Amino acid sequence: MTALLYGWIYACLLVSLTACVVRALRYARYPLHLRWELYPVPHEEARRAAYGGSRYEDTDWWTRSARPNLLGELKAMGCEILFLKGVWEFNRSLWFRSYPFHLGLYLLIFTGVTASVAAVAPALTPWLHPLYKAAGLAGAVLVLAGAAGLLWRRLRDPKLRNYTTPGDVFNLCCFIGTVSGLLFAYGSQSPAAPSVRAILRGLLAFDTSLELPAALAGALAVAAALILYIPMTHMAHFIGKYFTYHAVRWDDKPNRNERSLEAKVAECLAYKPTWSARHVGADGKATWAEVATTNPNTGTNK
Amino acid sequence: MSADLKLTDISRASREPLTHVVNEELMPLPAPFDSPGKDKSWKPLAPRTIEACECSLDNTCAVSIPRPKSLEEEQVLVRQFAAGLDKLFSKENNWTFLQPLILTMEHCTRCQTCADSCHIFEASGRNEVYRPTFRSEVLRRLYFKHVKGGGLLSALQHGDIELNWPLVARLIELSYRCNLCRRCAQTCPVGADNGLVAHELRKLFSMEMGIAPKEIHDNGSMLQLKTGSSTGMTPAAVKDNMEFIDEDTSEKTGIKIETPWDVEGADVLLLHNAGEILAWPENPGAFALILTAAGIKWTLSSEMAGYDAINYGLWYDDAQFARVALKHAEIARKLKVKKIVIGECGHAHKALSVIADRILTGDMNVRRESSMALLRDIVMSGRLELDPSRNDFPVTLHDPCNMVRLMGVVEPQREILRKICPQFREMTPHGVDNYCCGGGSGFAIMSGTNFPDWRFHVAGRKKLQQILNAFSGCLEPETPKYVCAPCSNCKGQIRDLLAYYDLWNKHKILYGGLAELIVNAMTAAKPGFIEWEWH
Repeated sequence: MTALLYGWIYACLLVSLTACVVRALRYARYPLHLRWELYPVPHEEARRAAYGGSRYEDTDWWTRSARPNLLGELKAMGCEILFLKGVWEFNRSLWFRSYPFHLGLYLLIFTGVTASVAAVAPALTPWLHPLYKAAGLAGAVLVLAGAAGLLWRRLRDPKLRNYTTPGDVFNLCCFIGTVSGLLFAYGSQSPAAPSVRAILRGLLAFDTSLELPAALAGALAVAAALILYIPMTHMAHFIGKYFTYHAVRWDDKPNRNERSLEAKVAECLAYKPTWSARHVGADGKATWAEVATTNPNTGTNK
Repeated sequence: MSADLKLTDISRASREPLTHVVNEELMPLPAPFDSPGKDKSWKPLAPRTIEACECSLDNTCAVSIPRPKSLEEEQVLVRQFAAGLDKLFSKENNWTFLQPLILTMEHCTRCQTCADSCHIFEASGRNEVYRPTFRSEVLRRLYFKHVKGGGLLSALQHGDIELNWPLVARLIELSYRCNLCRRCAQTCPVGADNGLVAHELRKLFSMEMGIAPKEIHDNGSMLQLKTGSSTGMTPAAVKDNMEFIDEDTSEKTGIKIETPWDVEGADVLLLHNAGEILAWPENPGAFALILTAAGIKWTLSSEMAGYDAINYGLWYDDAQFARVALKHAEIARKLKVKKIVIGECGHAHKALSVIADRILTGDMNVRRESSMALLRDIVMSGRLELDPSRNDFPVTLHDPCNMVRLMGVVEPQREILRKICPQFREMTPHGVDNYCCGGGSGFAIMSGTNFPDWRFHVAGRKKLQQILNAFSGCLEPETPKYVCAPCSNCKGQIRDLLAYYDLWNKHKILYGGLAELIVNAMTAAKPGFIEWEWH
């Protein structure tokens, strides 16, 4: 039974990780797109980033350094990832629900990592145990409260009703159900039952001699299934967000005739579009470059 | 009415519009329009238009799509749309925006944070049809169902929608109820972009179905590629007009001006929106005076399209966009100029400087910069003697979205105004947080059927509110006031907005560009370059 559970957890983690990587690779492999940045761009010079300015405020901007302000970008990323700054700024009422939820998830991940460290380095357990115990409990409570708040908002707020699908409700219920299950399983088990650290040690060593209470085994199996499910849905926005920010919103890299960029452009210009409107003149044989250099009035490249 | 609207109503077979906008539901305005009764009334659609066109979105026609004559014709159009949908998500057809589009499709959390940032949604009184996610969610559902081939599970996860002609017809109009200002995208916590969705839908309709508003396609980009300018001006006509402008400017200022043409190897190729030459000749006149007085070696081009910076393709069609951008670059390359400086035109700024950046390779990558930066350098360098007391009247600044939020040119124009306009005051909010004038993405030139009513009541309402608030302490007609809009499209929209609400006659609010304010302050020029007359 324990072996089956371990196998399931490993399979879920593996599939989830693979799905995340596949999704990230899919996004990364889309062809170069035209620039579509949005200001402020935090890796602009600090004084400019503060009000949303860009290099285009300078005459002969191409003669100046193109070095991005990495610190500015890291600061913006840190505020966004750790505190959901965008939601705080533009949707405060959502932040009070969304932030506990996300912070709770961070704490649960932290719990998993620190308990795993304790499992492989028992000498650290006296220091780590109170830490991951508190983080785990706080994380679970925050996820529960946040997910319940988000679900309540989804179901009660008339402006969200039109845009709420059964999937949205199901996803939030999954979190509520999973975390409630874990809390119940831990709360109701006997003091002799294995600790979090023992379970993780068993999992890492594939020690099937460990006996888990049925409720806890069930809760862990459900939690693993949730981890597997996340990257199949838009809840994987932590992957998408990397690209929407770094590859779109903040991608202000100008074309300075670098060979690598021009090669990518050349590849795109060789695509053969098939748009049907007559003025486009795309017959599936002409390349994008040929289409772009054809005058629709005359059909020639004049 | 709009509060009860469901997303799936967009497929409703009835010809009854999904919504009908009335003054009572709109966002309140400050005095003197502080009650719905003081607002302008709407022109109802003519029965002939209702009969002939698809107006079932909101009783407004921007595109005026003819009604299909038969069910078969409807089915053909739906099939065309479905084919275009597939192409929109293929790299061969849409490499230009594929990655941002797919990210937006797959990662919106439907949290509605974007809604509060949309001036159209807010001004409409939060009408559901204009919620930024309304059209995005329709496209998202179509994407998961028809492009990704989703079944029941996908429908449960992403929602379902029926693809039929009423949906397509309404979506065509709905793609022209967004200014593409991307203020919504700026606030999206995950970086989804509803402005991009409207842009991509317009592309699908134009590039696959050949459907686009006449003003921006037939009389816009097609005319520009045919005659050289969307104004219809030929190279000979533009030279004539500029000659007249030179004479007029010389006479008004007492400084002899002669616009240089086709100067090979010039430091600056100045690209104006040709609309300035016809509608606001004082702007190209002011530029000619400033550049000449500053001792810059500059030129205009009389090559076809070289005298019109506009690039309407930016709003609706990648092929048209690329064709015009390549023409501009080719002209500069042939003239061997050191750089292109883009005049007071927001969309031309973004089109040529930013969006075209990745199609202009090799020697076509002629350096491009904003006239705001050049004007700021000239003003701050002390090369012109300026007397701010000549501009001692209330001035506020409109930030063109394309130039500011979408390109980061925020401060140069402000530095100038702070130096030469003692009564300069900001709108709230401003800079990258600005609101669109309501004329963005082509609306400023679209005037079919009853669309102007919608453009002023809804799209331009937030800007009207901002202008009235900026001048709230000095609305009396004895004080002339100036809205500085360094963008031709914005200027056109603000002109029409002020005229619609009669704000020149009643409150002496005038509009104009930035270069005019500089010349108005030049001590070497005769006073009174800005004529306080409506134009």
